[in-house]
Amino acid sequence: MIKFLFKGLLRDKSRSRLPIIVVAVGVMLTVFLHAYIVGFMGDTIETNARFSTGHVKVMTRAYSDNMQQIPNDLAITGISSLLEDLDREFPGFEWTPRIQFGGLVDAPDESGETKSQGPAMGFGMDLLSESSGEAERLNLQKSLVRGKLPGSPGEILLSETFSRKLKVNPGERVTLISSTMLGGMAIHNFTISGTLFFGQEALDRGTIIADIEDVRMALDMEDATGEILGFFLDGFYNDDLALSEADRFNATFGSVSDEFAPVMKSLSRQGGMGTYVNLAKGWSTYISLIFIFAMSLVLWNAGLLGGLRRYGEVGIRLAMGEEKGHVYRSMIIESVMIGIIGSVFGTILGLSFAWLVQEYGINISGMMQGSAMLMPEAIRARITPPDFYIGFLPGIAATVIGTMLSGIGIYKRQTARLFKELEA
Amino acid sequence: MENSQIIRIENLVKRFPMGKGEFTALNGIKLSLGQGEFAGLIGPSGSGKTTLLNIIGSLDVPSEGSVTVLGRSIGALSTGEAARLRKENLGFIFQSYNLFAVHTVYENIEFPLLLLKYPATERKRMVTDALEWVGLTDKIKSKPPQLSGGECQRVAIARAMVKKPSLVLADEPTANLDAANSHNILKTMVNLNRELKTSFLFATHDDKVISYLRRKIFLLDGRVDNDIIISN
Repeated sequence: MIKFLFKGLLRDKSRSRLPIIVVAVGVMLTVFLHAYIVGFMGDTIETNARFSTGHVKVMTRAYSDNMQQIPNDLAITGISSLLEDLDREFPGFEWTPRIQFGGLVDAPDESGETKSQGPAMGFGMDLLSESSGEAERLNLQKSLVRGKLPGSPGEILLSETFSRKLKVNPGERVTLISSTMLGGMAIHNFTISGTLFFGQEALDRGTIIADIEDVRMALDMEDATGEILGFFLDGFYNDDLALSEADRFNATFGSVSDEFAPVMKSLSRQGGMGTYVNLAKGWSTYISLIFIFAMSLVLWNAGLLGGLRRYGEVGIRLAMGEEKGHVYRSMIIESVMIGIIGSVFGTILGLSFAWLVQEYGINISGMMQGSAMLMPEAIRARITPPDFYIGFLPGIAATVIGTMLSGIGIYKRQTARLFKELEA
Repeated sequence: MENSQIIRIENLVKRFPMGKGEFTALNGIKLSLGQGEFAGLIGPSGSGKTTLLNIIGSLDVPSEGSVTVLGRSIGALSTGEAARLRKENLGFIFQSYNLFAVHTVYENIEFPLLLLKYPATERKRMVTDALEWVGLTDKIKSKPPQLSGGECQRVAIARAMVKKPSLVLADEPTANLDAANSHNILKTMVNLNRELKTSFLFATHDDKVISYLRRKIFLLDGRVDNDIIISN
């Protein structure tokens, strides 16, 4: 009997292929949208993490309290041993020191007089070590407009917009005027190796990027750094894990009485990022639930219509002596099979599209012109574990519920009308 | 040929609700049918043919009176028991064939045997026999859309007969067929009636069917108007 029903299911395209396609499309959209929303919300988090906050950040307690001012006079010293401790105790992160600094960039003319000047926001990061992943993390190679990445000490990168404003080109020299860690005046000459386009106004306005050793030299920060950023090895922020790791670090290394003791903060505990992380979590959940509900209604209706369309076939089976319960159960089994097959196909398709958008992204840099917010130039999906099962909820449950509802007609159907109905 | 009673109807009344009142479709039917009969309920539309066929086929229940089919009182059967009676003892032939369009001729005829849980080898033998009865052994792998109307109705007859039921109920079985096909179908059913001793009860107003009947039960306004047995 099962074989008979299965043959019917396979051969009747409107009973198998069409419902499977409908379920697969619904599930695909559910999976893709979930991955897309998570990716979109997560991308903004990751962009901020890469440029500013890390997934976790280690600073001195005093630096942390005044983080908005980037107080390098409160920087961490003796970082070599601290980095060793971090690598040993927290191997789930990739640790990298960063120095953020502000200053004035002066571009001289041929006679050494000031040609142009502009305020700059600077990043000192490890650009010259072979093992460093900083250039890749910030996508510097692809962001290059002119010149090349720094290959030797004394070379820096300028944002393209900033270089045009200063009327300087790769190969020319500029002078950074800032303050040292100890409060003195810092003047240091650099050679521009290349220019960058970030696609984000906040960064394009006046960013310089230099190797951290050059910045240390310029700002008198021997074996010191403003902050140590930690990035999860899988590249994605996990708030719960970041919070627990930060608590573990602070319990081990922290000191309430020493304002220069290191403190670790998760991304969500830096600036306004906590609100955004919560917003991202909430919106991802709400939008996904709304979409799952909407798709459930669509698939429920598909199941309902599929059941109603088979009224004639069910009538013949009842007239020939098949019991109502048996007919009903066979329809449910069919809908479960359709739900499972459609959900598997839909999930595979949804994950495939999500993977494409995760890998290649959708470029929105054109829409971001003029924005001062640090947002990604490409929206990327992000495949997370729920994407592997989230589509099965509308895919199977809604299809089965639709069939169950349409099947109620079997119980309410008056067999006395079968002859008349079957003549129709 | 006709001996023991397989249908016994006493004072059957069937009413249907209509608006605020009721419509009486059958009014005091008294009838019996013996095994092996080839009989027909004849009458104009609205005379109660299909309603009576429904009740005999355990698809409906009487409002009053008693209907006993193969020893079972139709009014007292649960839906499960009624389904079992249809599955085990009754065959149905419909005006518009009602075959499973996506299944082959073989699978359509096999279906009642699947419901009865016959083993595969037994099913194969029985389906092959049924195909021979109706002369469709060459169409075993065809599907209903590939068959003519006459062939479809012959498949429907084979499906109704394959389990060798005691009674076959046929509602206007030739209504969708031309004259030649109608006669072929009717001859097939007459042969099966003779060979297998299966009782046939038709609901019809088709003269071609009527000409083959050996018992003609005329219904008019829900009553038996005349009951004529044709001697061989």
